[in-house]
Amino acid sequence: MTGTSEMANILAEAAGRLLEDHVTRDVLSAAEDGTWPQDLWQELEQNGLTQPLAPEDRGGMGATFADAFVIAFAAGRRRAPVPLVETMAAGWLLGRAGIDVPPGPLALIDGGGDLALKDGALSGVAKSVPWAAQAGHLVVEIDGTVLLVPADAVTLTPDSNMAGEPRGTVTLEAAKPAATGSLGLTGNLPVARTLGALMRAAQMAGAMEGAVTLAVQHAGDREQFGRPIAKFQAIQQMLARAAARAAQARSAAETAFLALDRVGDDLTDAEWDVAAAKVVAGEAAEIVYDAAHQTHGAIGFTYEHELHFTTRRLWAWRGEFGAETYWAQEIGQRVLARGADTLWPDLTARQKG
Amino acid sequence: MEDIRFTPGLLPPEAEALRAEVRDFIASHLKGYPGVKRAKSWSGADPEFSKAMGARGWIGMTWPKEYGGGGRSFLERYVVLEEMLAAGAPVSAHWVADRQSGPLLLKFGTEEQRRKYIPAITRGESYFCIGMSEPNSGSDLASIRTRAEKTADGWRINGQKIWTSKAHTAHHMIALVRTRPQDPKDRHAGLSQFLIDMKETKGVTIRPIRNMAGEQMFNEVFFEDAEVPADALVGTEGGGWGQVTTELAFERSGPERYLSSYQLLFELVREIGADAGPAEAAGIGRLAAHLSTLRQMSISIATMLERGETPNLAAAIVKELGVAYEQDMPGKAHDIAGISPRTGADAGGFDQVMAYMTMAARSFSLRGGTREIMRGIIARGLGLR
Ligand SMILES: Cc1cc2nc3c(=O)[nH]c(=O)nc-3n(C[C@H](O)[C@H](O)[C@H](O)COP(=O)(O)OP(=O)(O)OC[C@H]3O[C@@H](n4cnc5c(N)ncnc54)[C@H](O)[C@@H]3O)c2cc1C
Repeated sequence: MTGTSEMANILAEAAGRLLEDHVTRDVLSAAEDGTWPQDLWQELEQNGLTQPLAPEDRGGMGATFADAFVIAFAAGRRRAPVPLVETMAAGWLLGRAGIDVPPGPLALIDGGGDLALKDGALSGVAKSVPWAAQAGHLVVEIDGTVLLVPADAVTLTPDSNMAGEPRGTVTLEAAKPAATGSLGLTGNLPVARTLGALMRAAQMAGAMEGAVTLAVQHAGDREQFGRPIAKFQAIQQMLARAAARAAQARSAAETAFLALDRVGDDLTDAEWDVAAAKVVAGEAAEIVYDAAHQTHGAIGFTYEHELHFTTRRLWAWRGEFGAETYWAQEIGQRVLARGADTLWPDLTARQKG
Repeated sequence: MEDIRFTPGLLPPEAEALRAEVRDFIASHLKGYPGVKRAKSWSGADPEFSKAMGARGWIGMTWPKEYGGGGRSFLERYVVLEEMLAAGAPVSAHWVADRQSGPLLLKFGTEEQRRKYIPAITRGESYFCIGMSEPNSGSDLASIRTRAEKTADGWRINGQKIWTSKAHTAHHMIALVRTRPQDPKDRHAGLSQFLIDMKETKGVTIRPIRNMAGEQMFNEVFFEDAEVPADALVGTEGGGWGQVTTELAFERSGPERYLSSYQLLFELVREIGADAGPAEAAGIGRLAAHLSTLRQMSISIATMLERGETPNLAAAIVKELGVAYEQDMPGKAHDIAGISPRTGADAGGFDQVMAYMTMAARSFSLRGGTREIMRGIIARGLGLR
């Protein structure tokens, strides 16, 4: 059994306050226009919040995933326009592979696609890499090997996702890593993909809490027919359903973070919890997206209103590091391969103390 | 806005140790027990099974030992419940007594009532039913009209209950009735709870109601000058509303609020088989994702109960989510398998379970408080009302 640790409370408080102060509407809209929020990043880094998962002797905080969950959740809740979770996940990979973590933002590259490692150099194309243009280094995981690649060793074609967050196509031509290490971890899927999905699930849960909170506030403030629209049962029922789904997504994400702390040298079981979290978050996103916008009426459809900074991200994150279908297929295939008789025993064995 | 949070928890080793025992018990007691029967989940009854569970100490597990309880944790109880539900074990005879009537008596009953009723419940020999709903009072429970009047040596009850599950097999009912006339200024005042002997009390008539799946599961119960002794009153006269609210929290907090249709998932996985295409696999995967996350939330509630909390809002959330999941299962199974269930003699396990569940699932979002009422509770937690 686990509760909320002292460390998690400290991190939640620090990350929550810092992000709330720094991620203003102006910062969000400037970030979308291409302005890198240096102050925000610096504050996060100085407070140690960018590397909770790397061991202390590699430049991190040595915290558990269970503790670090609150940072990823807050990053989504406050829509931090920086690669906080990518840096966090990349730092964990580096730490595990015995590589010192460089300062600055890191990009996380899923090596399961078109990349190939030959004679210690990396070639191929990685598409839609988050924050590749802002990162000093790219961290790639490919078949159990972790590579730290300096940004100037690759070519980049920038683009963005539907929330205006920077993404980019990274082309590597026999790129030489600054460091290489072995992860010592087996699993069914590319590790960076699993970590990315884990982080997105937590951000999505945070974003959904944010969207529901905005909608509840708006419902209390906005009056029609002589009373706050919160008094209308149609609004109450819609938001209740959305809040329940958001709570489920949070619980699922937190469970997956906990599972990461138990991986040892095999990621296969934790992949299940990550998959469940990403599926549940994606399905919930659909409902929360709808309820939050419907509650806001036309004002929520404006660029001026802040709601879309949350909801567009929610939608974009839904498709990143594997959409629901991808993850649902993964666990569905596992269930079907094992058969009906082991469905329940497998479930209880995976989630035990 | 209340902070809605389900701290993930793992089950402690002593709870896990129990799991193997429960599985052995199920394997030996339910050998060859067919899927259609398992599909009834916690609506299926077998008094012998209940007695065997009682003998193992698996009824009233968290109750004090002095009344025959097990003195064990809510997490150990959780393991027994979920294993029974996953196996589709016939637990309904004792289910209500174990889930809510026993805890209610322990919390609000007198010492005599505890000594008199609790031990037989823990032995799996005494069954209870819930007398709340009436013909004109469903969601609006506070509007009930069945009344009890004080007599020289007890109370006289007149009125009618309806939808009373298992009234025809239960030994006792805990009924919510009016002991004072309706007060327009305080709708929750003047209500009281009574423990009514269903076998011995004169003036009690039980009439079965057949449900759409063809089962005789719930009933109408009529009270015509039904005389009960003074010590039939549970808790305080006039305090019935507060008590029934506590009882409903017990009623809504368990894993049966997402596992009722587990048997259909089981049959569906078997039906689809290992060589399924990607769309089928994704469909199964979505159901599996919900199953495992709802289980986590349910464990989290058991943890709250273990800490002595009354997780009303959390239970409403898990019931809202769990019921949607278990109720949507037949539709999802239909999409994934793409067949209409047959019910004749040649029907296979999947068809039979699918046909039954498609009908039974309609009740999931009604019993124990409707979907809309659950959302109303959540909306209050959000500060919307
Ligand atoms: C299988 C089964 C077993 C049951 N077992 C028992 C039992 O053992 N003992 C017992 O006492 N009762 C039992 N019930 C009754 C159950 O508690 C009621 O069905 C339930 O409380 C709803 O009441 P109702 O059926 O009268 O519907 P109504 O209250 O008439 O509701 C009809 C519809 O109106 C909606 N509605 C009502 N009020 C509101 C509102 N304020 N806002 C929005 N929507 C509203 C409801 O959500 C529902 O959709 C059982 C029911 C079923 C189906």
